[in-house]
Amino acid sequence: MSLKGIDQILKKFEYRESAIIAILQEVQEKQNYLPEKDLEYISEKLPIPLTRIYRIASFYNAFSLKPRGKHIISVCLGTACHVRGAPMVLDRLKLELGIDIGEMTEDGLFSLETVNCLGACAMGPIVVFGKEYHGQMTPARVESAIKKYKKTSKE
Amino acid sequence: MKKISSLQELDKARQEILDRIDPEKPVVTITSGTSARAYGSEKVIDTLRKELKKQGLTGKIDIRITGGQGFDEREPLVMVSPQDILYQQVKPADIADIVSETLIGNKVVDRLLYKDAETGETVLHKMDIPFYKAQSPYIFGNNSKIDPTSLDDYIAIGGYSALAKVLRENSPEEVVEMIKKSGLRGRGGGGFPTGRKWESCRNAPGKKHYVICNADEGDPGAYMDRGLLEGNPHSVLEGMMIGAYAIGSDEGYVYVRYEYPLASENVERAIEQLRTYGLLGKNILGTHFNFDITVSRGGGAFICGESTALMASLEGKAGEPRAKHIHTVESGLWDQPTDLNNVETWANVPLIINKGVDWYTSIGTEGSKGTKIFSLVGKVKNTGLVEVPMGITIREVVENIGGGISGNGKLKAVQTGGPSGGAIPTSLIDMPIDYDRLTEVGSMMGSGGMIVMDDKTCMVDIAKYFMNFLKDESCGKCTTCREGTRRMYEVLNAITEGKGKEGDIELLEDLSWIVAEGSLCALGQTAPNPVLSTIKYFRDEYEAHIKEKRCPAGVCKALITYSIDEAKCTGCGVCKTVCPADAITGKKKELHTIDPDTCIRCGACLAACNFDAVKVV
Repeated sequence: MSLKGIDQILKKFEYRESAIIAILQEVQEKQNYLPEKDLEYISEKLPIPLTRIYRIASFYNAFSLKPRGKHIISVCLGTACHVRGAPMVLDRLKLELGIDIGEMTEDGLFSLETVNCLGACAMGPIVVFGKEYHGQMTPARVESAIKKYKKTSKE
Repeated sequence: MKKISSLQELDKARQEILDRIDPEKPVVTITSGTSARAYGSEKVIDTLRKELKKQGLTGKIDIRITGGQGFDEREPLVMVSPQDILYQQVKPADIADIVSETLIGNKVVDRLLYKDAETGETVLHKMDIPFYKAQSPYIFGNNSKIDPTSLDDYIAIGGYSALAKVLRENSPEEVVEMIKKSGLRGRGGGGFPTGRKWESCRNAPGKKHYVICNADEGDPGAYMDRGLLEGNPHSVLEGMMIGAYAIGSDEGYVYVRYEYPLASENVERAIEQLRTYGLLGKNILGTHFNFDITVSRGGGAFICGESTALMASLEGKAGEPRAKHIHTVESGLWDQPTDLNNVETWANVPLIINKGVDWYTSIGTEGSKGTKIFSLVGKVKNTGLVEVPMGITIREVVENIGGGISGNGKLKAVQTGGPSGGAIPTSLIDMPIDYDRLTEVGSMMGSGGMIVMDDKTCMVDIAKYFMNFLKDESCGKCTTCREGTRRMYEVLNAITEGKGKEGDIELLEDLSWIVAEGSLCALGQTAPNPVLSTIKYFRDEYEAHIKEKRCPAGVCKALITYSIDEAKCTGCGVCKTVCPADAITGKKKELHTIDPDTCIRCGACLAACNFDAVKVV
């Protein structure tokens, strides 16, 4: 992210140390993850030790210190989704994508993640592709959903 | 809209809004909360707008977009008034018929009505549907009456009249007394008496007092707070304002879970509207009451639902709980007296003020007053959010409102209280829902998740599921919790993989004691509950896994084999096509077989077979 962009975010939160979580959220929103150089710059500007920023960024699940794919696939593992077969859906996604949880496919197209509950339990099992919710997922529907996203990415 | 700067002006504004409403004018209400959006409600709304325009009806019919109304299984819901017709699972393609048949022709579109699965009868009105009939929707029911983005809508149904009432008639001490007498207890899990919390906070010395709304709803399978914040944010904010007045606070925070973007958006908008109207800020409604609220988004950590961890997170730190020798009501956020209540607790406050303590205490049981919203989910026919009076039995909720078990399974257990709670077996489901009774049987009220499990749910797998969750979400501060949950997970995992040993159950019980006794906060203290309750009520399942290397529910992969029933297989080949591991062989119209060594037990064939021929043993 450009230094100017980070400056704007820091300014918005008045360089408040206590707003560090919100600042990191905004920085991540723009690029899907938190690059090391951005964290170094924030540490310099606020100023707070880089170790503290790293502690926040590694403590909260919402942050990623690694680049993530164009499409982030989140599998809901809430209890309602679990009893309705979410683990099988997750297994199938791992198989189809050839990656494990927290990894990105080689072509940079997909990242596979899990979330503890999205609070849309009636539709379980739920898989979110980017911002699109897919309810009542089955292992069989995983394949066609991935194909669809691969196709749209090529176009 | 100009500022509302006195109590009289609020009454006047309300009257003006009501005068503008034409009761004869048709209104089409469409749900569009997170669940409905996932089912495509936004396209339905768009199609309706276009269709009305096409038919020259724009402006003649009002469209009201609401948050969720509970019946998530049937989203999106479309209601037509004044006829009071409810259409369910509406697709964009259905809109043309609703407009031409119902809005223009005044006829009912039968295919979109709710149909009773047993009698086959259709139901016209929302409140006649069994799912809604047995509920007492005093708090959640308002979701259907208002557009959550409109402060006017909330004012029209009497919004902020409770705040006006206390500012006009009561001293802060009197408000505290009312909440104490109402018997309201925290809806977030612990069930601590709200009035006592307010009183302690009010009496604690400090430079400043804070109030916080805990909207970090992390229990998997529970989403009542999302439903309220998305569908009626002002009810929560009004509760906070009354609380702030009673406690003597001028600054509040709403801490919203990271995974709830729409809830954050709606509550932020609601706060902005209040500022514009002058209902937040200095000298609210012309009184000496000053108050403002900030929304803070969480970082996706379950532990931040714990009060001290939440406050640490608000201060920009890692969300680690601290020991509570000194309570947060005395020293909380920035070391100042802080009152923290859950979303649903706050939403109860205006109701108590408006309807009175006597009315409120007439609902519920001796120790649990009012209603509770539950998320009724899992293997149940009618999934959704339900609001019921305390004291109703679990059976009534699951059978009358939920319509019983989905598919052809049999009820095995109901899990309440999330990862801190426990599984309640069928033999106890005639028990009334009450804070103290639930604790007695080894579960807890929790925030309100009610997960229904059937005979195809493995209880050892469920215990493993929760322990996996807890080991991931443990903040790591206490060794007993950090290491203990991990060890418990490993033991449970070994049992589900067929590597369980004699003595494992006793080992789990020992570890449970250590984790519970040695941990600082409720996450660790209650972590063993899902394990202990499943051992207590479903010990035979644990033993089947350990001694017979068998999973009676057919869930644990290492202990099951897939095969094809010779008598039922038609040789259609669907299973072979869907199998990702190429484990199925067979010619068209001949019996197919599964190679157990190649099979990855993914369940694709089981789901795909139309003849019920795939067996799991």
